[in-house]
Amino acid sequence: MSDMMRVSSNPHIRSKVSTDKIMLMVVIALLPATGFGIYNFGIRALFHVLITIASCVISELVFELIVKKKITVGDMSAVVTGLLLALNLPVSAPLWIGIVGGAFAIMVVKMMFGGLGQNFMNPALAARCFLLISFPSLMTDFTCDVYSGATPLASLKAGESVNVYNMIIGKTAGTIGETSMVAIVLGAVLLMLIGIIDIKIPGSYILTFVIFIGLFGGHGFDPYYLSAHLAGGGLMLGAFFMATDYVTRPVTRAGQVIFGIILGILTGIFRVFGASAEGVSYAIIIGNLLVPLITRYSSPKPFGKGGERR
Amino acid sequence: MNRCIERLYNGIVKENPTLVLMLGMCPTLAVTTSAINGLGMGLTTTVVLALSNVIISALRKVIPDKIRIPAFIVIIASFVTIMQLLLQAYIPSLYTALGIYIPLIVVNCIILGRAESYAYKNPVIPSLFDGIGMGLGFTIALTVIGLLREFIGGCQAFGADLGWFTPVGIFKMAPGAFFVLALLTAIQNYAKIKGAKKGKDVSKIQSGCGSDCTKCRVEGCKDRTAEEA
Repeated sequence: MSDMMRVSSNPHIRSKVSTDKIMLMVVIALLPATGFGIYNFGIRALFHVLITIASCVISELVFELIVKKKITVGDMSAVVTGLLLALNLPVSAPLWIGIVGGAFAIMVVKMMFGGLGQNFMNPALAARCFLLISFPSLMTDFTCDVYSGATPLASLKAGESVNVYNMIIGKTAGTIGETSMVAIVLGAVLLMLIGIIDIKIPGSYILTFVIFIGLFGGHGFDPYYLSAHLAGGGLMLGAFFMATDYVTRPVTRAGQVIFGIILGILTGIFRVFGASAEGVSYAIIIGNLLVPLITRYSSPKPFGKGGERR
Repeated sequence: MNRCIERLYNGIVKENPTLVLMLGMCPTLAVTTSAINGLGMGLTTTVVLALSNVIISALRKVIPDKIRIPAFIVIIASFVTIMQLLLQAYIPSLYTALGIYIPLIVVNCIILGRAESYAYKNPVIPSLFDGIGMGLGFTIALTVIGLLREFIGGCQAFGADLGWFTPVGIFKMAPGAFFVLALLTAIQNYAKIKGAKKGKDVSKIQSGCGSDCTKCRVEGCKDRTAEEA
Protein backbone atom coordinates (compact mmCIF):
# COMPACT_ATOMS: atom_id res chain seq x y z
CA MET A 1 0.00 0.00 0.00
CA SER A 2 2.72 2.42 0.92
CA ASP A 3 4.29 1.89 -2.47
CA MET A 4 1.10 2.92 -4.21
CA MET A 5 0.85 6.12 -2.24
CA ARG A 6 4.32 7.26 -3.07
CA VAL A 7 4.53 10.83 -4.32
CA SER A 8 7.24 11.64 -6.80
CA SER A 9 7.95 14.26 -9.40
CA ASN A 10 7.76 13.55 -13.10
CA PRO A 11 8.61 11.66 -15.26
CA HIS A 12 6.14 9.06 -14.01
CA ILE A 13 6.40 6.67 -16.90
CA ARG A 14 9.87 5.32 -17.23
CA SER A 15 11.29 3.48 -20.18
CA LYS A 16 12.70 0.05 -19.57
CA VAL A 17 15.56 0.95 -21.88
CA SER A 18 18.32 2.01 -19.53
CA THR A 19 21.68 3.59 -20.28
CA ASP A 20 23.58 0.35 -19.95
CA LYS A 21 21.24 -1.42 -22.37
CA ILE A 22 21.61 1.32 -24.97
CA MET A 23 25.37 1.28 -24.56
CA LEU A 24 25.43 -2.50 -24.85
CA MET A 25 23.46 -2.28 -28.09
CA VAL A 26 25.95 0.29 -29.43
CA VAL A 27 28.81 -2.05 -28.56
CA ILE A 28 27.04 -4.91 -30.34
CA ALA A 29 26.42 -2.68 -33.36
CA LEU A 30 30.11 -1.81 -33.45
CA LEU A 31 31.15 -5.46 -33.40
CA PRO A 32 30.99 -5.97 -37.20
CA ALA A 33 33.32 -3.02 -37.75
CA THR A 34 35.60 -4.18 -34.92
CA GLY A 35 35.60 -7.74 -36.18
CA PHE A 36 36.42 -6.62 -39.68
CA GLY A 37 39.20 -4.42 -38.35
CA ILE A 38 40.75 -7.38 -36.52
CA TYR A 39 40.32 -9.60 -39.59
CA ASN A 40 41.79 -6.89 -41.81
CA PHE A 41 44.73 -5.73 -39.70
CA GLY A 42 45.52 -8.80 -37.63
CA ILE A 43 45.67 -9.58 -33.94
CA ARG A 44 47.38 -6.29 -33.07
CA ALA A 45 44.09 -4.52 -33.73
CA LEU A 46 42.46 -6.68 -31.06
CA PHE A 47 45.16 -5.64 -28.57
CA HIS A 48 44.48 -2.01 -29.40
CA VAL A 49 40.76 -2.47 -28.78
CA LEU A 50 41.21 -4.30 -25.48
CA ILE A 51 43.85 -1.92 -24.16
CA THR A 52 41.87 1.20 -25.04
CA ILE A 53 38.65 -0.13 -23.50
CA ALA A 54 40.52 -1.19 -20.36
CA SER A 55 42.15 2.23 -20.14
CA CYS A 56 38.78 4.00 -20.37
CA VAL A 57 37.06 1.80 -17.79
CA ILE A 58 39.96 1.94 -15.34
CA SER A 59 40.28 5.72 -15.78
CA GLU A 60 36.62 6.16 -14.93
CA LEU A 61 36.93 3.88 -11.90
CA VAL A 62 40.08 5.56 -10.64
CA PHE A 63 38.67 9.06 -11.11
CA GLU A 64 35.50 8.19 -9.24
CA LEU A 65 37.46 6.57 -6.44
CA ILE A 66 39.70 9.62 -6.12
CA VAL A 67 36.90 12.17 -6.02
CA LYS A 68 34.69 9.80 -4.00
CA LYS A 69 31.78 9.76 -6.42
CA LYS A 70 29.33 7.04 -7.25
CA ILE A 71 30.99 4.33 -9.35
CA THR A 72 29.33 4.48 -12.78
CA VAL A 73 31.52 2.02 -14.62
CA GLY A 74 28.56 -0.33 -14.95
CA ASP A 75 26.73 1.92 -17.42
CA MET A 76 29.01 0.72 -20.22
CA SER A 77 29.55 4.21 -21.60
CA ALA A 78 33.28 3.98 -20.92
CA VAL A 79 33.35 0.77 -22.94
CA VAL A 80 31.68 2.51 -25.88
CA THR A 81 34.12 5.43 -25.63
CA GLY A 82 37.07 3.06 -25.51
CA LEU A 83 35.82 0.99 -28.42
CA LEU A 84 35.14 4.07 -30.58
CA LEU A 85 38.54 5.49 -29.75
CA ALA A 86 40.26 2.20 -30.59
CA LEU A 87 38.44 2.05 -33.91
CA ASN A 88 39.93 5.47 -34.65
CA LEU A 89 43.54 4.43 -34.07
CA PRO A 90 45.89 3.31 -36.80
CA VAL A 91 46.93 -0.27 -36.18
CA SER A 92 50.65 0.49 -36.40
CA ALA A 93 50.52 3.01 -33.54
CA PRO A 94 52.29 1.93 -30.35
CA LEU A 95 50.00 0.14 -27.92
CA TRP A 96 50.43 2.72 -25.15
CA ILE A 97 48.68 5.31 -27.30
CA GLY A 98 45.34 3.76 -26.36
CA ILE A 99 46.16 4.10 -22.68
CA VAL A 100 46.97 7.80 -23.04
CA GLY A 101 43.95 8.45 -25.27
CA GLY A 102 41.55 6.54 -23.04
CA ALA A 103 42.71 8.35 -19.93
CA PHE A 104 42.36 11.71 -21.68
CA ALA A 105 38.91 10.86 -23.06
CA ILE A 106 37.49 9.77 -19.74
CA MET A 107 39.30 11.92 -17.21
CA VAL A 108 39.60 15.24 -19.00
CA VAL A 109 36.76 15.30 -21.50
CA LYS A 110 34.11 13.35 -19.60
CA MET A 111 34.66 13.15 -15.84
CA MET A 112 36.02 16.65 -15.28
CA PHE A 113 32.83 18.07 -16.71
CA GLY A 114 30.67 15.88 -14.50
CA GLY A 115 30.52 12.47 -16.11
CA LEU A 116 28.13 10.94 -18.60
CA GLY A 117 25.54 13.43 -19.78
CA GLN A 118 27.61 16.48 -18.86
CA ASN A 119 30.43 16.22 -21.38
CA PHE A 120 30.15 18.91 -24.03
CA MET A 121 32.22 17.01 -26.55
CA ASN A 122 32.36 13.42 -27.71
CA PRO A 123 35.10 11.95 -25.48
CA ALA A 124 36.34 9.44 -28.05
CA LEU A 125 36.67 12.07 -30.77
CA ALA A 126 38.22 14.63 -28.47
CA ALA A 127 40.80 12.03 -27.46
CA ARG A 128 41.45 11.18 -31.08
CA CYS A 129 42.07 14.84 -31.89
CA PHE A 130 44.25 15.13 -28.81
CA LEU A 131 46.33 12.18 -29.99
CA LEU A 132 46.38 13.47 -33.55
CA ILE A 133 47.77 16.84 -32.46
CA SER A 134 50.12 15.38 -29.87
CA PHE A 135 51.59 12.52 -31.88
CA PRO A 136 51.01 13.49 -35.53
CA SER A 137 53.61 11.10 -36.92
CA LEU A 138 52.33 8.10 -34.97
CA MET A 139 48.67 8.81 -35.65
CA THR A 140 48.96 9.26 -39.40
CA ASP A 141 51.26 6.34 -40.13
CA PHE A 142 48.97 3.78 -41.71
CA THR A 143 51.60 1.36 -42.93
CA CYS A 144 51.26 -2.05 -41.35
CA ASP A 145 51.94 -5.68 -42.24
CA VAL A 146 49.03 -5.75 -44.65
CA TYR A 147 49.09 -2.33 -46.30
CA SER A 148 51.69 0.22 -47.13
CA GLY A 149 51.34 3.72 -48.37
CA ALA A 150 48.68 6.34 -48.01
CA THR A 151 45.03 5.92 -47.11
CA PRO A 152 42.65 5.97 -50.07
CA LEU A 153 41.45 9.40 -49.01
CA ALA A 154 44.98 10.78 -49.09
CA SER A 155 45.51 9.22 -52.53
CA LEU A 156 42.23 10.74 -53.64
CA LYS A 157 43.34 14.15 -52.43
CA ALA A 158 46.63 13.70 -54.26
CA GLY A 159 44.65 13.05 -57.43
CA GLU A 160 45.49 9.37 -57.73
CA SER A 161 42.91 6.76 -58.61
CA VAL A 162 41.51 4.53 -55.90
CA ASN A 163 39.74 1.20 -55.85
CA VAL A 164 36.23 2.05 -54.68
CA TYR A 165 35.15 -1.58 -54.42
CA ASN A 166 37.94 -2.31 -51.91
CA MET A 167 37.05 0.85 -50.02
CA ILE A 168 33.43 -0.20 -49.60
CA ILE A 169 34.39 -3.70 -48.46
CA GLY A 170 37.12 -2.22 -46.29
CA LYS A 171 40.25 -3.85 -47.60
CA THR A 172 42.31 -0.65 -47.49
CA ALA A 173 44.69 1.16 -45.18
CA GLY A 174 43.18 3.33 -42.50
CA THR A 175 42.29 3.28 -38.82
CA ILE A 176 41.14 -0.01 -37.29
CA GLY A 177 37.40 0.48 -37.54
CA GLU A 178 36.82 3.03 -40.28
CA THR A 179 37.77 1.11 -43.40
CA SER A 180 34.75 -1.10 -43.92
CA MET A 181 31.68 0.83 -45.02
CA VAL A 182 29.69 -2.40 -45.20
CA ALA A 183 30.40 -3.46 -41.61
CA ILE A 184 29.67 0.00 -40.22
CA VAL A 185 26.41 0.37 -42.11
CA LEU A 186 25.39 -3.12 -40.98
CA GLY A 187 25.77 -2.08 -37.34
CA ALA A 188 24.09 1.26 -37.98
CA VAL A 189 21.06 -0.41 -39.59
CA LEU A 190 20.75 -2.63 -36.52
CA LEU A 191 20.77 0.43 -34.26
CA MET A 192 18.20 2.17 -36.44
CA LEU A 193 15.91 -0.88 -36.50
CA ILE A 194 15.76 -1.05 -32.71
CA GLY A 195 15.34 2.70 -32.53
CA ILE A 196 18.50 3.72 -30.70
CA ILE A 197 19.60 6.11 -33.42
CA ASP A 198 17.55 7.58 -36.22
CA ILE A 199 18.34 8.75 -39.70
CA LYS A 200 18.08 12.51 -39.13
CA ILE A 201 21.66 13.32 -38.17
CA PRO A 202 23.53 10.79 -40.35
CA GLY A 203 21.09 11.35 -43.22
CA SER A 204 21.39 15.12 -43.29
CA TYR A 205 25.13 14.87 -42.63
CA ILE A 206 25.84 12.52 -45.53
CA LEU A 207 23.44 14.25 -47.90
CA THR A 208 24.95 17.68 -47.21
CA PHE A 209 28.41 16.23 -47.57
CA VAL A 210 27.57 14.68 -50.95
CA ILE A 211 26.12 17.96 -52.21
CA PHE A 212 29.14 19.89 -50.93
CA ILE A 213 31.64 17.53 -52.56
CA GLY A 214 29.58 17.61 -55.75
CA LEU A 215 29.65 21.39 -55.83
CA PHE A 216 33.17 22.12 -54.63
CA GLY A 217 35.08 18.83 -54.98
CA GLY A 218 36.17 19.66 -58.49
CA HIS A 219 34.76 16.48 -60.01
CA GLY A 220 31.10 17.44 -60.19
CA PHE A 221 28.59 14.75 -59.28
CA ASP A 222 30.80 11.96 -60.58
CA PRO A 223 29.40 8.86 -58.82
CA TYR A 224 32.80 7.18 -58.68
CA TYR A 225 34.44 10.17 -56.99
CA LEU A 226 31.50 10.68 -54.65
CA SER A 227 31.39 7.07 -53.52
CA ALA A 228 35.13 7.12 -52.92
CA HIS A 229 34.63 10.11 -50.63
CA LEU A 230 31.73 8.43 -48.87
CA ALA A 231 33.52 5.15 -48.30
CA GLY A 232 36.85 6.73 -47.46
CA GLY A 233 38.01 7.87 -44.07
CA GLY A 234 35.89 8.06 -40.97
CA LEU A 235 32.76 9.53 -42.51
CA MET A 236 30.51 6.50 -42.00
CA LEU A 237 31.80 5.73 -38.51
CA GLY A 238 31.50 9.39 -37.56
CA ALA A 239 28.08 9.95 -39.06
CA PHE A 240 26.40 6.86 -37.59
CA PHE A 241 28.19 6.33 -34.29
CA MET A 242 29.74 9.60 -33.18
CA ALA A 243 27.55 12.41 -34.45
CA THR A 244 24.55 10.54 -32.99
CA ASP A 245 26.02 10.41 -29.47
CA TYR A 246 23.08 11.16 -27.16
CA VAL A 247 25.01 13.56 -24.98
CA THR A 248 26.57 15.75 -27.63
CA ARG A 249 23.82 16.07 -30.22
CA PRO A 250 20.96 18.56 -30.26
CA VAL A 251 17.75 17.25 -28.69
CA THR A 252 15.28 18.91 -31.02
CA ARG A 253 14.35 17.39 -34.38
CA ALA A 254 15.05 20.52 -36.38
CA GLY A 255 18.25 20.95 -34.43
CA GLN A 256 19.43 17.49 -35.38
CA VAL A 257 18.94 18.24 -39.05
CA ILE A 258 20.78 21.55 -38.69
CA PHE A 259 23.54 19.74 -36.80
CA GLY A 260 23.89 17.21 -39.63
CA ILE A 261 24.03 19.96 -42.24
CA ILE A 262 26.74 21.83 -40.30
CA LEU A 263 28.77 18.63 -39.97
CA GLY A 264 28.43 17.91 -43.68
CA ILE A 265 29.60 21.39 -44.66
CA LEU A 266 32.49 21.36 -42.17
CA THR A 267 33.66 17.90 -43.26
CA GLY A 268 33.47 19.00 -46.88
CA ILE A 269 35.47 22.16 -46.18
CA PHE A 270 38.14 20.22 -44.29
CA ARG A 271 38.42 17.52 -46.92
CA VAL A 272 38.37 19.77 -49.97
CA PHE A 273 40.18 22.88 -48.78
CA GLY A 274 42.03 21.63 -45.68
CA ALA A 275 45.64 20.58 -45.48
CA SER A 276 44.94 17.04 -44.32
CA ALA A 277 42.85 14.51 -46.19
CA GLU A 278 40.46 13.77 -43.34
CA GLY A 279 38.24 16.12 -41.38
CA VAL A 280 35.41 14.12 -39.86
CA SER A 281 36.64 14.16 -36.28
CA TYR A 282 37.36 17.89 -36.24
CA ALA A 283 34.01 18.57 -37.92
CA ILE A 284 32.12 16.61 -35.28
CA ILE A 285 33.83 18.15 -32.27
CA ILE A 286 33.34 21.64 -33.67
CA GLY A 287 29.72 20.69 -34.29
CA ASN A 288 29.51 19.49 -30.66
CA LEU A 289 30.52 22.95 -29.50
CA LEU A 290 27.67 24.49 -31.49
CA VAL A 291 25.06 22.14 -30.04
CA PRO A 292 23.87 24.39 -27.17
CA LEU A 293 23.28 27.22 -29.66
CA ILE A 294 21.52 24.93 -32.13
CA THR A 295 19.28 23.53 -29.41
CA ARG A 296 18.44 27.00 -28.20
CA TYR A 297 17.40 28.34 -31.57
CA SER A 298 15.60 25.23 -32.74
CA SER A 299 13.43 24.67 -29.68
CA PRO A 300 9.76 24.47 -30.59
CA LYS A 301 7.65 27.32 -29.26
CA PRO A 302 5.41 26.36 -26.35
CA PHE A 303 1.70 26.68 -27.09
CA GLY A 304 0.52 30.23 -26.49
CA LYS A 305 3.93 31.84 -26.57
CA GLY A 306 5.52 33.98 -29.23
CA GLY A 307 2.32 34.79 -31.14
CA GLU A 308 1.69 38.04 -32.93
CA ARG A 309 0.74 40.92 -30.73
CA ARG A 310 -2.22 43.00 -31.73
CA MET B 1 59.15 45.54 8.13
CA ASN B 2 56.52 43.05 9.06
CA ARG B 3 54.24 44.63 6.56
CA CYS B 4 56.76 44.23 3.77
CA ILE B 5 57.01 40.50 4.42
CA GLU B 6 53.23 40.35 4.53
CA ARG B 7 53.18 42.01 1.06
CA LEU B 8 55.63 39.46 -0.30
CA TYR B 9 53.61 36.55 1.10
CA ASN B 10 50.43 38.14 -0.23
CA GLY B 11 51.84 38.45 -3.74
CA ILE B 12 53.47 35.05 -3.96
CA VAL B 13 50.92 32.86 -2.24
CA LYS B 14 47.71 34.40 -1.07
CA GLU B 15 46.86 36.62 -4.02
CA ASN B 16 49.10 35.03 -6.59
CA PRO B 17 48.28 37.14 -9.68
CA THR B 18 48.14 34.22 -12.09
CA LEU B 19 46.64 31.38 -10.11
CA VAL B 20 44.36 33.26 -7.72
CA LEU B 21 43.55 36.63 -9.28
CA MET B 22 43.60 35.26 -12.86
CA LEU B 23 45.33 38.42 -14.11
CA GLY B 24 47.83 38.68 -16.92
CA MET B 25 46.44 35.68 -18.78
CA CYS B 26 47.79 36.83 -22.14
CA PRO B 27 51.50 36.39 -21.34
CA THR B 28 50.66 33.40 -19.13
CA LEU B 29 49.15 31.50 -22.01
CA ALA B 30 51.34 32.81 -24.79
CA VAL B 31 54.97 32.79 -23.65
CA THR B 32 55.08 29.79 -21.31
CA THR B 33 56.21 27.33 -23.95
CA SER B 34 59.37 26.79 -21.93
CA ALA B 35 60.56 27.41 -18.39
CA ILE B 36 63.22 29.87 -19.55
CA ASN B 37 60.65 31.96 -21.42
CA GLY B 38 58.33 31.93 -18.40
CA LEU B 39 61.16 32.91 -16.09
CA GLY B 40 62.33 35.71 -18.40
CA MET B 41 58.84 37.09 -18.85
CA GLY B 42 58.16 36.89 -15.12
CA LEU B 43 61.36 38.65 -14.10
CA THR B 44 60.93 41.38 -16.72
CA THR B 45 57.43 42.00 -15.43
CA THR B 46 58.69 41.95 -11.84
CA VAL B 47 61.20 44.70 -12.52
CA VAL B 48 58.64 46.85 -14.31
CA LEU B 49 56.06 46.18 -11.60
CA ALA B 50 58.35 47.04 -8.68
CA LEU B 51 59.77 50.20 -10.26
CA SER B 52 56.45 51.52 -11.53
CA ASN B 53 54.87 50.84 -8.14
CA VAL B 54 57.63 52.88 -6.48
CA ILE B 55 57.27 55.84 -8.85
CA ILE B 56 53.48 55.82 -8.78
CA SER B 57 53.50 55.60 -5.00
CA ALA B 58 55.98 58.46 -4.75
CA LEU B 59 53.89 60.59 -7.10
CA ARG B 60 50.52 59.61 -5.64
CA LYS B 61 49.97 63.04 -4.06
CA VAL B 62 50.88 64.81 -7.31
CA ILE B 63 48.88 62.78 -9.84
CA PRO B 64 45.35 64.21 -10.17
CA ASP B 65 42.66 61.62 -9.55
CA LYS B 66 40.86 62.20 -12.84
CA ILE B 67 43.81 61.50 -15.13
CA ARG B 68 45.53 58.89 -13.03
CA ILE B 69 45.18 56.06 -15.57
CA PRO B 70 47.03 57.94 -18.38
CA ALA B 71 49.66 58.95 -15.83
CA PHE B 72 50.09 55.32 -14.73
CA ILE B 73 50.38 54.17 -18.32
CA VAL B 74 53.07 56.75 -19.09
CA ILE B 75 55.13 55.63 -16.08
CA ILE B 76 54.66 51.92 -16.86
CA ALA B 77 55.41 52.40 -20.54
CA SER B 78 58.65 54.19 -19.73
CA PHE B 79 59.87 51.29 -17.64
CA VAL B 80 58.75 48.75 -20.22
CA THR B 81 60.69 50.61 -22.90
CA ILE B 82 63.77 50.67 -20.67
CA MET B 83 63.45 46.94 -20.05
CA GLN B 84 62.90 46.24 -23.71
CA LEU B 85 66.05 48.09 -24.72
CA LEU B 86 68.05 46.41 -21.94
CA LEU B 87 66.86 42.96 -23.02
CA GLN B 88 67.59 43.72 -26.64
CA ALA B 89 71.08 44.80 -25.70
CA TYR B 90 72.07 42.15 -23.18
CA ILE B 91 69.82 39.05 -23.62
CA PRO B 92 68.92 39.10 -27.34
CA SER B 93 67.84 35.42 -27.27
CA LEU B 94 65.16 36.14 -24.69
CA TYR B 95 64.24 39.32 -26.55
CA THR B 96 63.51 37.33 -29.72
CA ALA B 97 61.72 34.56 -27.83
CA LEU B 98 59.34 36.94 -26.06
CA GLY B 99 58.87 39.16 -29.11
CA ILE B 100 55.71 41.25 -29.08
CA TYR B 101 54.93 40.26 -25.50
CA ILE B 102 57.60 42.59 -24.09
CA PRO B 103 55.93 45.83 -25.26
CA LEU B 104 52.62 44.26 -24.28
CA ILE B 105 53.73 44.31 -20.62
CA VAL B 106 52.47 47.91 -20.71
CA VAL B 107 48.91 46.68 -20.83
CA ASN B 108 49.46 43.79 -18.42
CA CYS B 109 46.57 44.10 -16.01
CA ILE B 110 48.67 43.01 -13.03
CA ILE B 111 50.79 46.16 -13.27
CA LEU B 112 47.92 48.56 -13.82
CA GLY B 113 45.93 46.69 -11.17
CA ARG B 114 48.63 47.03 -8.51
CA ALA B 115 49.17 50.69 -9.40
CA GLU B 116 45.48 51.39 -9.08
CA SER B 117 44.67 49.27 -6.06
CA TYR B 118 47.85 49.49 -4.02
CA ALA B 119 50.61 51.88 -5.06
CA TYR B 120 48.30 54.86 -5.57
CA LYS B 121 47.10 54.58 -1.97
CA ASN B 122 50.14 53.44 -0.04
CA PRO B 123 53.64 54.62 0.88
CA VAL B 124 56.69 53.87 -1.21
CA ILE B 125 58.34 51.01 0.68
CA PRO B 126 55.26 48.78 1.02
CA SER B 127 54.47 49.50 -2.65
CA LEU B 128 57.94 48.35 -3.63
CA PHE B 129 57.47 45.11 -1.75
CA ASP B 130 53.97 44.71 -3.13
CA GLY B 131 55.43 44.99 -6.63
CA ILE B 132 58.21 42.52 -5.87
CA GLY B 133 55.81 40.07 -4.23
CA MET B 134 53.30 40.21 -7.05
CA GLY B 135 56.07 40.00 -9.61
CA LEU B 136 57.62 36.97 -7.95
CA GLY B 137 54.22 35.30 -7.69
CA PHE B 138 53.79 35.87 -11.42
CA THR B 139 57.33 34.65 -12.12
CA ILE B 140 56.91 31.47 -10.10
CA ALA B 141 53.57 30.67 -11.72
CA LEU B 142 54.92 31.29 -15.23
CA THR B 143 58.06 29.28 -14.62
CA VAL B 144 56.12 26.32 -13.25
CA ILE B 145 53.67 26.42 -16.16
CA GLY B 146 56.55 26.73 -18.60
CA LEU B 147 58.45 23.89 -16.95
CA LEU B 148 55.45 21.56 -17.01
CA ARG B 149 54.62 22.39 -20.62
CA GLU B 150 58.23 21.98 -21.65
CA PHE B 151 58.50 18.69 -19.79
CA ILE B 152 55.31 17.07 -21.05
CA GLY B 153 55.28 18.70 -24.45
CA GLY B 154 58.93 18.37 -25.35
CA CYS B 155 60.44 16.08 -22.69
CA GLN B 156 62.86 18.85 -21.73
CA ALA B 157 63.71 20.76 -18.58
CA PHE B 158 65.16 24.27 -18.93
CA GLY B 159 66.09 23.48 -22.50
CA ALA B 160 67.92 20.21 -21.75
CA ASP B 161 66.66 17.17 -23.62
CA LEU B 162 65.72 14.35 -21.28
CA GLY B 163 64.41 11.81 -23.80
CA TRP B 164 62.47 9.78 -21.22
CA PHE B 165 59.27 9.40 -23.22
CA THR B 166 57.55 10.43 -26.43
CA PRO B 167 56.63 14.10 -25.97
CA VAL B 168 52.94 14.96 -25.98
CA GLY B 169 53.11 17.73 -28.56
CA ILE B 170 49.82 19.39 -27.68
CA PHE B 171 51.30 20.73 -24.46
CA LYS B 172 53.62 22.97 -26.47
CA MET B 173 50.61 24.48 -28.23
CA ALA B 174 47.90 26.80 -26.95
CA PRO B 175 45.59 24.04 -25.57
CA GLY B 176 48.45 22.76 -23.43
CA ALA B 177 48.73 26.16 -21.74
CA PHE B 178 45.08 25.93 -20.76
CA PHE B 179 45.46 22.37 -19.49
CA VAL B 180 48.44 23.22 -17.30
CA LEU B 181 46.96 26.51 -16.05
CA ALA B 182 43.71 24.75 -15.16
CA LEU B 183 45.61 21.99 -13.38
CA LEU B 184 47.65 24.42 -11.28
CA THR B 185 44.60 26.53 -10.48
CA ALA B 186 42.74 23.41 -9.40
CA ILE B 187 45.60 22.40 -7.10
CA GLN B 188 45.67 25.91 -5.67
CA ASN B 189 41.91 25.85 -5.04
CA TYR B 190 42.17 22.41 -3.48
CA ALA B 191 44.88 23.61 -1.11
CA LYS B 192 42.82 26.66 -0.26
CA ILE B 193 39.69 24.63 0.49
CA LYS B 194 41.77 22.32 2.69
CA GLY B 195 43.19 25.37 4.45
CA ALA B 196 39.75 26.86 4.99
CA LYS B 197 38.57 23.63 6.58
CA LYS B 198 41.47 23.76 8.99
CA GLY B 199 40.39 27.25 9.97
CA LYS B 200 42.92 29.28 8.01
CA ASP B 201 41.77 32.72 6.91
CA VAL B 202 41.41 32.73 3.13
CA SER B 203 38.77 35.41 2.78
CA LYS B 204 41.00 38.28 1.63
CA ILE B 205 40.85 37.91 -2.08
CA GLN B 206 41.66 40.49 -4.76
CA SER B 207 42.13 43.32 -2.35
CA GLY B 208 44.81 45.72 -1.35
CA CYS B 209 42.45 47.30 1.14
CA GLY B 210 41.88 44.57 3.66
CA SER B 211 38.28 43.89 2.73
CA ASP B 212 36.88 41.16 0.56
CA CYS B 213 36.44 42.34 -3.02
CA THR B 214 33.80 39.73 -3.76
CA LYS B 215 31.58 41.53 -1.26
CA CYS B 216 32.78 45.00 -2.18
CA ARG B 217 30.24 47.47 -3.58
CA VAL B 218 31.13 50.01 -6.25
CA GLU B 219 31.88 52.66 -3.69
CA GLY B 220 33.34 50.22 -1.18
CA CYS B 221 36.99 50.68 -2.01
CA LYS B 222 37.02 54.48 -2.08
CA ASP B 223 37.71 55.08 1.57
CA ARG B 224 40.64 52.70 1.65
CA THR B 225 43.64 54.05 3.54
CA ALA B 226 47.23 53.10 4.05
CA GLU B 227 46.51 51.98 7.59
CA GLU B 228 43.86 49.50 6.55
CA ALA B 229 46.19 47.61 4.31
